[in-house]
Amino acid sequence: MMYVKAFLVGGVICALSQVLIDRTRLTPARILSAYVVLGVILSGVGIWGPVVEFAGTGATVPLLGFGHTMAEGVKTAVREQGVLGAFTGGLTASAGGIAAAVFFSLLAAFLFQPGDRS
Amino acid sequence: MSRSGDTLFFETPVWVNTWAAAVGTKEGQGPLGSYFDYVTRDNRFGKKTWEQAESRMIGLACEAALAKTGLELSQIDCALGGDLLNQCISTGFAARGLGLPYFGLYGACSTMAESLILGSVLVSGGFARRTLCLASSHFCSAERQYRYPLEYGGQRPPTAQWTATACGAAVLQNEKTAVGITAATPGRVYDPGITDAGNMGAAMAQSAYETLRTFFRDSGTGPKDYDLMITGDLASVGHGVVTELFRRDGMELGDRYQDCGMLLYDQSQDVHAGASGCGCSAAVLCGRILPDLASGKLKKVLFCGTGAMMSPTSANQGESIPGICHLVCLEGGL
Amino acid sequence: MKLDRKEYRALCKEQEPSSPSRRTVPAAFAVGGALCLLGQVLRTLFENMGLDEKAAGTAVSISLIFLGVALTALRLFEKIAKFAGAGTLVPITGFANAIASPALEFKTEGFVLGTCVKMFTIAGPVLTWGISASVVYGLALWLAEVMG
Repeated sequence: MMYVKAFLVGGVICALSQVLIDRTRLTPARILSAYVVLGVILSGVGIWGPVVEFAGTGATVPLLGFGHTMAEGVKTAVREQGVLGAFTGGLTASAGGIAAAVFFSLLAAFLFQPGDRS
Repeated sequence: MSRSGDTLFFETPVWVNTWAAAVGTKEGQGPLGSYFDYVTRDNRFGKKTWEQAESRMIGLACEAALAKTGLELSQIDCALGGDLLNQCISTGFAARGLGLPYFGLYGACSTMAESLILGSVLVSGGFARRTLCLASSHFCSAERQYRYPLEYGGQRPPTAQWTATACGAAVLQNEKTAVGITAATPGRVYDPGITDAGNMGAAMAQSAYETLRTFFRDSGTGPKDYDLMITGDLASVGHGVVTELFRRDGMELGDRYQDCGMLLYDQSQDVHAGASGCGCSAAVLCGRILPDLASGKLKKVLFCGTGAMMSPTSANQGESIPGICHLVCLEGGL
Repeated sequence: MKLDRKEYRALCKEQEPSSPSRRTVPAAFAVGGALCLLGQVLRTLFENMGLDEKAAGTAVSISLIFLGVALTALRLFEKIAKFAGAGTLVPITGFANAIASPALEFKTEGFVLGTCVKMFTIAGPVLTWGISASVVYGLALWLAEVMG
């Protein structure tokens, strides 16, 4: 059941984003930035938590989930370390993903050649 | 040489000695593929970077043009040309190999028409016996400078155009041949206020309309006097806008009005609205139009290079996209 | 005729091809959904291997990022994305592609000034906004706690 929910919720988020792209011509960098911020906000006001409970990776794999992860991390960190946690929580929680993206990309640049697309 | 309004008239035409076009693989597979002098199988042209590849393509187009009529570089007095890259590096580096006095031009995608006008003026004024005029663009070098890395996964809007990998080169001279340049209108810059960089055709269409109108006024002629009026790279959107603007003036351009951006690729090549880039109009001119003028199949042609005078900086600063259109009147079968 | 900007824009609009949404939206739904489904399968796998919920989530992210970078390096990502649009952009694979594609593309300008500098041209804003939003949220939480 969880698989079906992940597929449907993830699919709907992507479909809505596509409508946004087709209609507004917002650049990808703007859309992704907006999603991460929106993820932090939705998580902060307590909406995204239940969605994650319901849809699993359908709610965490889209970039909204990246914002959610950061918000959750901050929440825990502030509880444990006070104001310092506001600065360490977000990046600590998302460190795995960021480090992976940077390291794998550097590795790819070492090992592969840029390609022709025309 | 005389002048009326914005238009220059060459009472003694400036003659076209030779021409050639070198293009990339996608352009070679398009409907005009068999007309080009050099179609590469490797868009890198055996080089390490896209910028070097573009320079090599320019060199190949020049070599092919000179070889056709057996000209030597020493018989040419100067070269004029440009491309889309910052500081026109592709053409500048190609000129390093030519060893000729060189003018680097930037007219965005109108560069071929711009170089033909200036090359004609030099010849007509007696300052050069022969000038080499050229323009080029390369999809990969332009894409990584203006838009995204080539490996980036994005979608293009349906109004977007595909930068052609192509270069056209032509030699102008004061000795008579079958094809001559008889008039030219340097364009003014017009800005209809379009801000969407994915819709260049719409941004440039006004300038094409205005330059054509200026030329008709200055020369006392009309669309019916020409076999072909061809704009540079307005593609389907801009072509439709120009047609409609003339229709509102009570002039039907009909089939005699075409656009290079709509000729280079066919629908199955997934290029959305059509082709763009300096190389697009340059290659269509040198691959298709000039040969037809030489054979007499075409008698009078208005070649209107169109360019969008914008950069990623101006786009990020929220500026709209000004357009320019330079017109060259070519006559064949003379 | 004299051109009025508003009229001109209306004229351009008439010439524009219709929106491709009828094709792009279902494609985004299918591919985006499939990537999330793949994430769920991986998560179950990691949880069965004994990872707790949080660790499994991080492992899923790292795996999908690896997939995104690998597809980019093999030049498959942009082919899929041309069809899938937001379906590959919005999932974390899009973030991976945003970092990997300039890293690869600009290696011709050197590993330091090309790859490493340009790596963040697209993803930089995402990180900056994400980090800043989390700090603001954290400060708000802390203030709420202090004020009681």
